Amino acid sequence: MSKTTTLQSAIETIPCGSVVMIGGFMGCGSPDSLIDELVRQGKSDLTIIANDTARPKVGIGKLISAKLVRKVIASHIGTNPETQAQMIAGEIEVDLVPQGTLAERIRAAGFGLGAVVTPTGVGTVVEDGKQTIEIDGTVFLVELPLKADFALINAKRADYRGNLEYRFTARNFNPLMAMAADRVIAEAEDIVPVGMISPDMVITPAVVVDTLVAKETRHG
Amino acid sequence: MDDKTLIAKRVALELNDGNLVNLGIGLPTLVAQYLPAGIDVTFQSENGIIGMQALPADAFPSADLTDAGGAPIGCVPGAFAFDSAMSFGLIRGGHLDVTVLGGLQVDELGHLANWMVPGKLVPGMGGAMDLVSGAKRVIVAMTHTAKGEPKILKRCTLPLTSVRSIDLIVTELAVLQTTPEGLLLKEVAPGVSVEQVLAATQAHLIVPEQVPVMPLAA
Repeated sequence: MSKTTTLQSAIETIPCGSVVMIGGFMGCGSPDSLIDELVRQGKSDLTIIANDTARPKVGIGKLISAKLVRKVIASHIGTNPETQAQMIAGEIEVDLVPQGTLAERIRAAGFGLGAVVTPTGVGTVVEDGKQTIEIDGTVFLVELPLKADFALINAKRADYRGNLEYRFTARNFNPLMAMAADRVIAEAEDIVPVGMISPDMVITPAVVVDTLVAKETRHG
Repeated sequence: MDDKTLIAKRVALELNDGNLVNLGIGLPTLVAQYLPAGIDVTFQSENGIIGMQALPADAFPSADLTDAGGAPIGCVPGAFAFDSAMSFGLIRGGHLDVTVLGGLQVDELGHLANWMVPGKLVPGMGGAMDLVSGAKRVIVAMTHTAKGEPKILKRCTLPLTSVRSIDLIVTELAVLQTTPEGLLLKEVAPGVSVEQVLAATQAHLIVPEQVPVMPLAA
């Protein structure tokens, strides 16, 4: 019943060129051990769906620094000059999406919706190439679902089946992404016996988690 | 008093008891320091918490509790943590009373541009487009000019954040209110003349006979 495995074998299942969602917000709530292992195994040509690319050598920024990313779909890249430099050099394609729209597009994919309609971005460059729809006199943008091959999730605590709990602002995009990928790999700071997490405290249910690894703790 | 402190002290007077407020990174964050006594405001951070506060001086920072810029924060008793869909549900759903954002340009239509300078700076919009689309009241807190060039224009030249009009602009020179007729000069900063404001502004301003001096929070 246990879904736990080693970091190495969890990441070995990800082919180069995959579309990978990664939880975290400016490095907070990022699956750092999984990211480090992606770098160690040199998984290249990745399309990353994430809120941001953090800072150089922090969180998702490590994948950018290692030049493993072909395309980024994110709401913000301003805190990582390396992402901007690679974008200007034509090495990375960047698709900027308003943060609330990014969350809803990921949610739509995971919740089986064909699209979401939002007022955000109407009349701006975000509207370019998109359908609009008028409902009761208000114009909305039609935004399509975002799916991934893999989601890399960071949790505070998991049980061995993969039920996940989060902590404070480390939750962010993690529970949404856990619903929206073909394969979900979660890393947790603590992995506890089944039954220790109260059903009311489970935010991501084990049924959507395929693989579980223990976060590597660093000293010093 | 430096310009940023003056702007923050004026914006603080716009927050009302019971408001749920989102402060942008940078200058807007300063507003929380100058809340008038007796005004109980709850702050949202769009990365997923209601009830954020500055990290107390004697507190131990947690890697799991940060603001939208990734810096450590604290939270008040009764705070609530949530995911990004909930966060923007609060923002777009009409539950957020006030957002205070920085700006690159604002124009006579109340349009804000604050997320990119084509060819120069492409940070991304983050949550700004949702905040301007969804918050009940949008306050832009910014310096009046950039390197001597006006930022309050007839029409924005940079890509817009939203086509919804913002509500109020607070700068180190003046407070401007959007109205159906255009931008109204509501107040001037202490020691600043109407002429100085007009000289630093490209947009046409509606100037009443009497323009009061900006009050400031303590």
